[in-house]
Amino acid sequence: MENLNGYLIVSAILFSIGTIGVLTRKNAIVIFMCIELMLNAVNLTFVALSRYLGNLDGQIFVFFIMTVAAAEAAVGLALIIAFFNNKETIDVDDINLMKW
Amino acid sequence: METLFFLIITLVAIVSAILVITFKNPINSALSLIMTFFCLATYYVMLDAPFMAAVQVMVYAGAIMVLMVFTIMLLNIRVDASKKHSHKIFLGSIIGFITFFNLAYILFKSRAAAPTGPYSVDMIKQIGHTELIGKEMFTNFLLPFEITSILLLVAIVGAVILAKKKI
Amino acid sequence: MFDNVWLIPLLPFIGFLINGLFGKKIKNETVIGGIAAAMVLGSFIVSSMTLINLLSLPSEERLAEVKIFTWITSGTFNADAAFLIDPLSCIMIMVVSGVGFLIHVYSIGYMHGEEGYYRYFSYLNLFTFSMLLLVLGNNLLLMFVGWEGVGLCSYLLIGYYFHKKSACDAGKKAFVMNRIGDFGFLLGIFTLYWYLGSSHNVWTIRFTELANNSHLLPTGGIVTVITLCFFLGATGKSAQIPLYTWLPDAMEGPTPVSALIHAATMVTAGVYMIARMNFLFIRSPETLTVIAVIGACTALFAATIGTAQNDIKRVLAYSTVSQLGYMFLAMGVGAFGAGIFHLMTHAFFKACLFLGSGAVIHSMHGALHHAHSHDDAQDMRNMGGLKSKMPLTFITFLLATIAISGIPGFSGFFSKDEILWQAFSNPHHGSLNYLLWGMGALAAGLTAFYMFRLVFMTFFGECRITPKAKDHLHESPMVIVLPLIVLAGLSVAGGFIGVPKLIGDVIGGIPNYFENFLEPVFKYSAEYMAQHGAHSGVHSHALEWGLMGGSVLIALIGITIAYSLYVANKGIPARFVAAFPGLHRAVYNKWYIDELYDYTIVNPCKAFSQFLWKGFDVIVIDGAVNGVAKTVMGFSGVFRLMQSGLISNYAWSMAFGVVVMLSYFILK
Repeated sequence: MENLNGYLIVSAILFSIGTIGVLTRKNAIVIFMCIELMLNAVNLTFVALSRYLGNLDGQIFVFFIMTVAAAEAAVGLALIIAFFNNKETIDVDDINLMKW
Repeated sequence: METLFFLIITLVAIVSAILVITFKNPINSALSLIMTFFCLATYYVMLDAPFMAAVQVMVYAGAIMVLMVFTIMLLNIRVDASKKHSHKIFLGSIIGFITFFNLAYILFKSRAAAPTGPYSVDMIKQIGHTELIGKEMFTNFLLPFEITSILLLVAIVGAVILAKKKI
Repeated sequence: MFDNVWLIPLLPFIGFLINGLFGKKIKNETVIGGIAAAMVLGSFIVSSMTLINLLSLPSEERLAEVKIFTWITSGTFNADAAFLIDPLSCIMIMVVSGVGFLIHVYSIGYMHGEEGYYRYFSYLNLFTFSMLLLVLGNNLLLMFVGWEGVGLCSYLLIGYYFHKKSACDAGKKAFVMNRIGDFGFLLGIFTLYWYLGSSHNVWTIRFTELANNSHLLPTGGIVTVITLCFFLGATGKSAQIPLYTWLPDAMEGPTPVSALIHAATMVTAGVYMIARMNFLFIRSPETLTVIAVIGACTALFAATIGTAQNDIKRVLAYSTVSQLGYMFLAMGVGAFGAGIFHLMTHAFFKACLFLGSGAVIHSMHGALHHAHSHDDAQDMRNMGGLKSKMPLTFITFLLATIAISGIPGFSGFFSKDEILWQAFSNPHHGSLNYLLWGMGALAAGLTAFYMFRLVFMTFFGECRITPKAKDHLHESPMVIVLPLIVLAGLSVAGGFIGVPKLIGDVIGGIPNYFENFLEPVFKYSAEYMAQHGAHSGVHSHALEWGLMGGSVLIALIGITIAYSLYVANKGIPARFVAAFPGLHRAVYNKWYIDELYDYTIVNPCKAFSQFLWKGFDVIVIDGAVNGVAKTVMGFSGVFRLMQSGLISNYAWSMAFGVVVMLSYFILK
């Protein structure tokens, strides 16, 4: 497959953008979306390499990652709602109860 | 032709990904993210994995993003202009760039030399991608597949308990 | 054949568990004592069956090892929980379970109404278990487990009246002194194991294998070191010079305990251990000399102290030390069979004496209690004339006293005379033999003297307690008297299973059953002596008869002196004391050995411990510990600042760490 490098570069770019988002944004939901973006970047690598190697294991793995992502989304968003109910905000800088 | 198509899709994916992290309003970010997910689904189609593309659209663009948008609406966060939405952008970008170069280098370096697996493009086209995935999933990966059901159950219970009014 | 052997130690252990765990709830004294005694009776029955089975075999096949389970396996080291059945262990289990059972029965009556009745019986059962384990164990390590177990039980039972400070101190003293001995025992095990393994590649601690490989051992040299280590262990457990001072103090425990542990069984463990490893000891003439000399010295030395004590139990305690000295004398002259024989007869008559003294004390205590008198119930000066008040106790006590004094026809005579003759005629010590015999014979005379002094002071003459208390003196209940009668019978008749050959030939060809029975156990030392026997001692029937007559004469002289001093002319002892006040004070105070130990060993130890506590411990150890804590606190004060509690900070550190690691792997 001639275009593998292209897919890999796109995947790396998307992953880096996700990282930047996680590090710089303060809104918990946006950070959450950035994490999903990073997961998807990895998925793209998996599928591309799976196709290139003629081996379906990578795609099966993507399937499991999606399952985990779905579970994570459900629980994570529930956590955000619970936090919002208590503090009226989802700014991560206000989540500081872990200190002491 | 295909290269051109790939470049267009790539442009859309990267721009919408950048928009995800730059929009002030989370709902806009969410919509951009859906755009990125569609681009990824397109990539999957181009990679002869139509089943993955379908799942991508259904699970990510459909289920997960709907959940997010619902949450955003439910919380009804007011966009407060006076408050900064992001910080340390410069430092974050540096780390992001270094990450990119690291990843690119590693992905190029560690790439396998030649196709090794049994599933050639012709075979996938002849038998069908979904059937092959299904066979693989329900034979070699049966136990992990069953375990994911437990994972989802736990997630459901956890989400219900956490999202209740009082915890 | 010996399938049931495991029951022998197990039954008392079950009794221990029942009484130890549920005794407080059972409350009923008869049930508690009944369970304990029944368990020991069970062991006795199984032991008897084992003995009968053993007797049915031809004498060269009387050796069996019954493996219960694999205990420790580590490389070349192997120790099983296995029991060794041979004539020696068989005699020991018969003595331990038999005498033990009688003393359990006696205790039911004696301990009546005591606080912690169940505690007493659970300890007593635990003791029986440990002692049986000690004598049955087929390897040194299992023996050591029993060895430590009996030491623990001894400590617990000496300190039974733990609210009394003297009892606690006595318990501690016994424990510490035993530890010194145990240390020697352990060193002996290690050295033996290491030596046989490293130089002959025989890695074993099993008695049978050790015996089979004993020809690999040299004469003297390393064997002397090993045997001296073992002998140090024996001096601690069996109260020999220099570690004997704990035994008289151990009389703080209840009297049946003194009878069982500190007279009949536990203190003889050292003798048993030497007999069990006779093949080892015979190879070191130096050690044999040391053992013989220490045995004879202890026999004589303790006998002198016994002549001046007024506490009835202390007299018996010193008598025990003295008799143990006899057994070690027998071991030291290579007369292992005679030593074990004396061990057995001693168990009979000394248990009888202790139990009899217990009955007297019990009765005295009750009478004094009724009369609201605070006189010492154990002081013989308060007794006297008990003959008519307690006739059965008196008769049994008298029989046992005659036995211990070595009057012909009684058990003590046969065993003691055998030892004295062997001391005189053995081939090991050359001209030292005469000295050994002399000391032994003198000690025998002293024994007869102080034992009859005890009898005369206690049972004869007029009663010296207040008349009010006198009316309350009475014979003990049957549960106490019955064991006395049985033991007195054994003291009288027990000697006839081991009649010396000389006498046996005269009175109708009775063979020495006991020696013949034990012969296979000592065959390795017999072989060794046959090979190395330089000159085979003195053997003359006339001489043997003469020496026998001599020792009997000495005993009779002792009895006569006691009679004349304490019954006929009562003024003489007082005048004697007045004439030699220094000598009497020295003897009365046990030659000041306790004080000597205090000044030379105990006090320097205490001072050194004080230094270690106040100087070393407080400054160095505590300083180090607190210093470590302070350092950690200081660092944590700095590191705490890293934990800001803000999620973005953690995300930043994580991303930064990942980037650094990836970069490192790429640039490497």
